[in-house]
Parts: sequence; C-alpha cells; structure tokens
Amino acid sequence: MSERTPMIEMCNVSKHFGSVIALSDISMKVCSGEVMCLLGDNGAGKSTLIKTLSGVHSPSHGEMYLDGKPVNFKSPAYALDAGIATVFQDLAMIPLMSITRNFFMGREPTVGWGPLKRIDWKYADRIAKQEMAKIGIDVRDPSQPVGTLSGGERQCVAIARAVYFGAKVLILDEPTSALGVKQASVVLRYIAKARADGLAVIFITHNVHHAFPVADAFTLLSRGGSLGTFRKAEITREEVLNMMAGGAELESLDAELSEFQRSDQQQKQATGDGGQPLSRASNA
Amino acid sequence: MKSNESNQSAAAVSEPQDERLQKVSFWKKALNRPELGALAGTVLVLAFFIVVSSGTGMFSPSGIVNFLEVSAQLGIIATAAALLMIGGEFDLSIGSMIGLAGILIAIPAVEYGWPLWAAIILAFSCAALVGWINGNLVNKTGLPSFIVTLGFLFILRGLAIGISRLLTGRTQVGGVQDHIPGDWFAALFSGEVGTGLFAWMASQGWIATNFADNPMVTGIPVSIVWWLGLTAVATWILLCTPYGNWIFASGGDKNAARNSGVPVHRVKISLFMFTAFSATVFACIQVMDTGSADTIRGMLKELEAIIAVVIGGALLTGGYGSAIGAALGALIFGMVQMGIFYTGVNTDWFQVFLGVMLLVAVLFNNYMRKKAMEAK
Ligand SMILES: Nc1ncnc2c1ncn2[C@@H]1O[C@H](COP(=O)(O)OP(=O)(O)OP(=O)(O)O)[C@@H](O)[C@H]1O
Ligand SMILES: [Mg+2]
Repeated sequence: MSERTPMIEMCNVSKHFGSVIALSDISMKVCSGEVMCLLGDNGAGKSTLIKTLSGVHSPSHGEMYLDGKPVNFKSPAYALDAGIATVFQDLAMIPLMSITRNFFMGREPTVGWGPLKRIDWKYADRIAKQEMAKIGIDVRDPSQPVGTLSGGERQCVAIARAVYFGAKVLILDEPTSALGVKQASVVLRYIAKARADGLAVIFITHNVHHAFPVADAFTLLSRGGSLGTFRKAEITREEVLNMMAGGAELESLDAELSEFQRSDQQQKQATGDGGQPLSRASNA
Repeated sequence: MKSNESNQSAAAVSEPQDERLQKVSFWKKALNRPELGALAGTVLVLAFFIVVSSGTGMFSPSGIVNFLEVSAQLGIIATAAALLMIGGEFDLSIGSMIGLAGILIAIPAVEYGWPLWAAIILAFSCAALVGWINGNLVNKTGLPSFIVTLGFLFILRGLAIGISRLLTGRTQVGGVQDHIPGDWFAALFSGEVGTGLFAWMASQGWIATNFADNPMVTGIPVSIVWWLGLTAVATWILLCTPYGNWIFASGGDKNAARNSGVPVHRVKISLFMFTAFSATVFACIQVMDTGSADTIRGMLKELEAIIAVVIGGALLTGGYGSAIGAALGALIFGMVQMGIFYTGVNTDWFQVFLGVMLLVAVLFNNYMRKKAMEAK
C-alpha cells in the first residue's frame, strides 16, 4: 500500500498564527481508498491541519501534494476545484440562506448561456432534497433558511454537500458531533462508501466508536505536533481510546467514578435500596 | 370537511406531503419576502397622498412623472447600495462620487473641448478606480467599510472642489448643454424615451394634451428607464445567477462563503465598483439635465440611498434584502418629497418624516425577519 502514490500528502507542514504555533512539522499521507482518522485533544491542531489541506490557511512551511503533484491553494475554491471537499467544524453555512442556496454555494448549477446564464433552481432543489434524503433527513422544503434547521440537520446539509462535491478527497471535521444514532451511522456508511469509491478520507472525531470501525489508520496530534501514525492492525481499540484521552486521565476518571459509585451505594444502603452500578463512560 | 379529505388523499397520491409541513398559503410565503414592508409602505403613502393632495395635480400625468423622476434618481444609486448592503458592506462615498463625477464630465467637455462621450468615459473610469480601491482597502485591511468609505466621502469631495478650483477657479461649471446635441453617448443620459409613442398616443386622444395639442407628458425621462433597468438587472442577478448567490453568501458570513469556494473578495470589489458606477450614472443624468456641474452635488445622497435600501427590507448586517425593495424605498422617498411639496406642507417637515419612516421600516423589518425565521 505504501508504494502507491498517496492521494494527498503533507510534508513537514507548519502553520503559525503570529506567535502561535498551531502546527509544527506535520507529515501525513492518505492514499486513495483509505480512511485516516485524526485524533487529539481539544486545541491539538486538528482543525488547523485540515484547514491547511482545504486551502483556508496556507502553510507557513512545508509542502503539500495532491496525487503526487505539489499544490498550493490560494483559497478553498482552488481546493474544491481540485476535488477536495470539506465539512468544517463550524459547517460553513449561511443561516439566512435556503438549504439549496447553501448546498450549492460556490458551485451553482447553471443553464443557458451568456448573460442569460442562470441557476437551474429546479435541478438544484431536487438534488438538495435527494441528497438530504440519502443521509436520512427528509427535507420539508429546500427553500427553508438553514438557520431554522436543527443543529443535526444543519450538519447533515454540510455533510451531504461535501459528499456530493468531493471527487478525490473528503475531509470531515467532527461530522457526527450533533448527530442522532441513525444519521451518525449513515455518515459512517458514507465514509465506507467513499473509501470504496477510491476517495481519500480524513476524518476527525472524538468518538472512538465512530473512529474505530471505519478508520484504516490513526494519526495522533498533540499540542500542534504529530505523535505518529498507526495502522489499524497495529493498534487496539483500548489503545486508541487511551491515545484520544490520554491514558492517565482515563484511569483517574475511572477511579473518581468508582468513588462516586461507592458513596452512592453507601447512601442507598443507608436508605435501604440497592443502587445501580454506574457504567463506564468512554465517550467524550 | 368532505372536500378536505379528498384533497388530502389526492395529495397523498401525487406526492407524499410531509406531515410536519403545514400547507403554506401564497400569502404566508409572500410575508417572508424582504420587500413586503416596503410594498405595504408604498400602498400606505400612495393612499395618504391620493387623499391629501387631491386637486393639487400630484397625480396628474406630469405630476406622476415628476415624483417618479425624483424616485428614479435616488433609485439608481439605491439599487447598487442594496446589492452592496446585501453583500455586507456600505458605501458612504456615493454622494461625493456624484459630485466628483459631475466635475470630471463638465470640466474636460467645457474647458478643454473634449467630446462629451470622452469626458463621460473618463468619469466612469475614475469611478471604477474609486470602487476598486474601496473594495481592496476593505478586503485587505478587514476594516469596516463604514470607516473606509467615510474616508473616501471626504477625499472625493475634497478632490472635486480642489480639481475644480485648480483648473477653473470656480466650483461650478456650466454650459454642458451646448455639447449634448449629436453626442451618441450623452444621449444615453439625457432627454426622454418614447417621445414618438407619446405624441402618437396624444394624437389618438389616449393621453391628456395641453392647449397646443402636445401631450402633457412628452416621454419617459431617461432616469426612469435607467432606474427600472438597473432594478430589473439587479433582481435578476440576485434571484437567478450564481453571482447573486455569492452576494448573499458574502454578506451572510464571509468566512463561511470563502470556505465554500465563493470568491468573496472579487464579489466585494465588484459591488463597490457598481456603487461608484451608479453614482456616475446619477451624475451624468444630473449634469445633462441641468447643463452644469457643481462640486456640492450629491451631498447626503449616500444616506438617502441607505434609507431607501433599509425601507426596502435589507438587513444592515448584510445577507438579506432585495433590489425591488430598494426600488420601492426610492418610490416612497420620491412620493413623500414631492407630496410634501404639492400639498404645501412646509418642506422643513420632510426630514422629520424621513427619519420616522426609517425607524418604522427598521422596526418592521426586524419584526418580520424574526417571524420569518421562526414561522417557516
Ligand atoms: N486563526 C487563528 N489564530 C490564532 N490561533 C489559532 C487560529 N486558529 C487556531 N488557532 C490555535 O491553534 C490551536 C489549534 O486549534 P484547532 O482549532 O486546530 O484545534 P482542534 O484540534 O481542532 O480542537 P477541537 O478538538 O477543539 O476542535 C488552538 O490553540 C488555537 O487557539
Ligand atoms: Mg477542531
């Protein structure tokens, strides 16, 4: 697998914001048909990394390659043209605009020519509705402003949009954070399908149950640096979990929880009924 | 009850109606359009003056043309200001641009013997440059356009006065009218359209004529044609083109727009260029109409344009509004201004009325938008 040209590759990429070093010396590659899961604490630099890939920031140092060719995106429009579609953490949606207008923002389908070239609203509405239906959201009215949607519905618009426009690389920054069980599983299925279609997928999540089933490899970021990339075969779910939260912290959390449990039971015994044992929370 | 049931089953056959969606009537949908408030306002103001000014000739054919002309001149710049405000920015330099453009047309033509068309092209080129600079400054510095264009409000006015004093020793330049006849480009900004048609209609007895059998209204002033044309084009852009979608997106959230692949900077630069362009159209029409240029022309026009746009339902924060709304705002403006003149009310009260209108419009729009966002 490693002999193939990676679909997307970063070599020693750093990103500085003034005196803030958000990324330092990151190297990472994702082949087509591969899902890379980015892990790391809040503020580790995951979003900064994918924003660099999708042309929002240009790297302060280092190179990026798409399909073996060096790229330097001046803006996200260029990355989109090159086939990199992204679901940003903040979703990049305009609340006052309709679902359809948001869905096709920057990529409007047109009919006609010359000065009479216009947006094909019928087609756009139909596609938006259809793509949302695929993800499991039945859109009432595609001309509804996105601001009136629920948080999860809004996230689904962003995901459906990226999946629809992603040709080579699909980047998802915490796409499942607001989703119900059904929609989250649809998103995971999307990721699996994108992989089968030969896209390179980069997936950020804090949820190990979402990360582990679909990922082929994990890259761990911490305080702007990379702690390494691990193939799925090399690593167990527990190790991933530990990497995500920092093992020591989980252990101390465990201890604290059992402490609660004990005091709970003592109270309940004092009042005369049995307490339910607390199950361990593994999910941020 | 029975017909209701059969309706429902018919709907179920054709397309499964979403149970969470109430049947939205045409009127409910219309309520969500930004220009609704302006439309209601127009009807109110119209009704008011029809009653109050009866017998004064305000609604005679020539009276109508009079107030439409006032509306049209404002409407030309309001259309551009509307697009810019929807795109999330202001241009306070419109009024000064009108003054400067007038000088740039009149001085070369009158003092240096340029053909009028060349002088007009010079004015439009300078306007394009001013708009380009405004847009780039806003983009590059990230400063609010309010501040940047406030700077240009003074710069352009100062330039107009300075250039005019330097080259002619005066602040007014007259005699432009001698250069208009035969100039193909100036014809776009002067005179009336459809004079033949109106003369023919008068000869058929369809429209009112004066004692000499000439029609009372000899044609449609060119400003009105520009106004309607620009409003139509702007509406087409906003509702039907990708560029229109980019304007809404840029004004709604410029980061989100950029991240979705919208060329936000280019959109904003083009919008600033369009406001400067519209100011120059205004100046051309005014200079051709009066035959002179004056450095103080266009004073406060930028604020009047913003008032018209806001009455028309646009949000000051950007991302929402309409060109038709701005046109209605300008129409209200013209009707009130001329209505006060016709009814003989002291014109001192015009500004009071204007300010009240602005406040009412903003309150109403705010309320409507909240309704729209929750009731959909
Ligand atoms: N535009 C910016 N200017 C200055 N600092 C920034 C900027 N963007 C990000 N940072 C800093 O870079 C660091 C990494 O931020 P980033 O958003 O990439 O974190 P993250 O890993 O995505 O965290 P989370 O899991 O909370 O989304 C943070 O400390 C943040 O303050
Ligand atoms: Mg993040």
